[in-house]
Amino acid sequence: MTDLYQAQRAMRRMRKQAMDRGVIAILDVGSSKTACLVLRFDGIRPAGGVEQIGALAGQSRFRVIGAATTRSRGVRFGEIHGMHEAERAIRTAVQAAQKMAQVRVDHVIACFSGAGPRSYGLDGQVELAESMATEADIARVLAACEMPPIGPGREVLHAQPVNFALDHRSGLVDPRGQIGHRLACDMHLLTVDAGAIQNLVHCVKRCDLELAGIASSAYASGMSALVEDEQELGAACIDMGGGATGLSIFIKKHMIYADSVRMGGEHVTADISKGLHVPIATAERIKTLHGGVVATGVDDREMIDLGGDSGDYERDTRRISRTELIGIMRPRVEEILEEVRARLDAAGFEHLPSQQIVLTGAGSQIPGLDGLASRILGQQVRLGRPMRVQGLPQSATGPGFAAAVGLCLFASHPQDEWWDFDIPAERHPARSLKRAVRWFKENW
Amino acid sequence: MCAVILPPRDPAPSRWAYRLQRLWLTPLFRTAVLKGLPLAVLLAIPAGWLADADRREALRAEVADIRRQVETRPEFMVKLMAIEGATPSVDEDIREILPLDFPVSSFDLDLKEMRRTVEGLDAVRSAEMRVRPGGILELRVVERVPALVWRSPEGLALLDAQGNRVAPIEARGARPDLPLIAGRGADKAVPEALHLIAAAGPIGSRLRGLVRVGERRWDVVLDRDQRILLPTRNAVATLERVIALDGVSDMLGRDIVVVDLRNPDRPTVRLAPEAVEEFRRIRRLQAGATN
Repeated sequence: MTDLYQAQRAMRRMRKQAMDRGVIAILDVGSSKTACLVLRFDGIRPAGGVEQIGALAGQSRFRVIGAATTRSRGVRFGEIHGMHEAERAIRTAVQAAQKMAQVRVDHVIACFSGAGPRSYGLDGQVELAESMATEADIARVLAACEMPPIGPGREVLHAQPVNFALDHRSGLVDPRGQIGHRLACDMHLLTVDAGAIQNLVHCVKRCDLELAGIASSAYASGMSALVEDEQELGAACIDMGGGATGLSIFIKKHMIYADSVRMGGEHVTADISKGLHVPIATAERIKTLHGGVVATGVDDREMIDLGGDSGDYERDTRRISRTELIGIMRPRVEEILEEVRARLDAAGFEHLPSQQIVLTGAGSQIPGLDGLASRILGQQVRLGRPMRVQGLPQSATGPGFAAAVGLCLFASHPQDEWWDFDIPAERHPARSLKRAVRWFKENW
Repeated sequence: MCAVILPPRDPAPSRWAYRLQRLWLTPLFRTAVLKGLPLAVLLAIPAGWLADADRREALRAEVADIRRQVETRPEFMVKLMAIEGATPSVDEDIREILPLDFPVSSFDLDLKEMRRTVEGLDAVRSAEMRVRPGGILELRVVERVPALVWRSPEGLALLDAQGNRVAPIEARGARPDLPLIAGRGADKAVPEALHLIAAAGPIGSRLRGLVRVGERRWDVVLDRDQRILLPTRNAVATLERVIALDGVSDMLGRDIVVVDLRNPDRPTVRLAPEAVEEFRRIRRLQAGATN
């Protein structure tokens, strides 16, 4: 646990360093595409001091100066599968983004969607030493949360304090300086497979980059695709990616649950490829150009040339109607959505005050998906696109870049995590002398 | 007829291409290559050429030759020296101490040094030098005007009003128009001496000269070996007092050898030995004694 704590703290330090330098890269390692954005922080402080957020909800503090996308290789289900291939993809994206930005980046914040995220809700409480809650008390209460058995080979990716309660008052965002006796907190812990993180760290290191932060892409897309009141009132963001579909639930501007379904757009493509006996590339083209999930009468008459170069005339001139294509795609999309529904039910989504569902990710661009999703997931479904950030090229504003844009926000406005606070003195083995001194002071 | 489709070219850069691009985007490296490298090449070419000692020598000779050619152009040559404001003897001295071998290039003339040399002469108070167009070295000299003759242990010399030596002279008779001063250190107090001589105007016909005593005070020497011993301070006022006394009672016309005013509060006179005898005789006569 202390290892992880130190590693995460080191990443935070790296992030601060990058902020001081003013340039940081965002890397979204997805199953179908690898995107890299280069951000420049100009150090523009909001006019009203620290308390104010500033113009454009604080997004005016940075600017995207380089963006590049490349086809992913060696990534499956949102996890790195072939190290060298993935490294080459990262290198391609980073190099192109650097070239566009004309600046060298050394620090990178990465996100990935797979690796079996699992959410835990923790709580802890402590008696305050003095009547006023201090930062050390917050560190103590965070440390007082009991660590659940996350199992071997798992790592903590996020550990965010979600809620603080002081005596009988709950829902505090910042209890520092408030008067009370008993401080309690709720913490959301997200764990992933350690192997996936290690692979990613290794890939990034092989590209001569420093990892300045790591996030779950479900969290990142929720940050960018949900609008502020949705985050406040409760909403689920479903990021339909290529190899995995991530879902994250937000309430009171905090993520309280995240999960991922190991199915995505590539499975739809594979179904088309198998069902129509066409190569994967053709299937992908047919899916993006003619795909859909709701068949109508017109679709029977819309014929699609499958093409081919086998040399067999009969095979190369096959045509199918769009209805057939929809007939292949729809079951798989339904299956994905039903799986998401099951995860949401398991998380207790129906108990939230508002049950807004936002579909984002490149997979959400299938025509008619919102209608299908509202039948499976609930009535309040909308298609979400990432918010606009300065300097982002038009080609990178689609829903497929929700995670990348979310990471930009993660870089500029990181949420407090457990490791942002110092370990309380009681936990620290090196400070036992200090503890002894304190014991003497208190008892003599 | 199955066309062979090559796999699409891998767009990934090789590790080295990637590293090189990152290196190229490093600001320091970029500046070093874009600005430092051309500068280094520009410096290295002449440096490499000059590395050979023979070439350096040849270059130096070439530069010296060109310099000489420019310096010896007729426009820069000085053909003669014109001295203004100097008496013939000083003129001769100046020409003697300035070893100029005309024609000479004006670049070779060190005017400051030459001016210092000329001003080093006793007879010259100040000198101005300039090279006039037309190749003439113009030297404007202001000579010292002798104001006194000083008889010192080394011999007779002329001094100007500030006490600077002007020239030695052979005999006092060569400059009878100038007053005479004598004594060691007299040249240090020339302004006071001049004031005294001016103040001694009424007895100027009798004035023989001034003697500096002990390097601190003056004796005024008149004819008939009369002396007026002046104090160290306020010598001029004291002398005027003496002259006033003389005007009233013709003191100096009497048989007095020394008027001692070294202590102004107690003026003393010393009579000549015969006068003392005479004085005593008169006193005895007045006292009614008969011998």
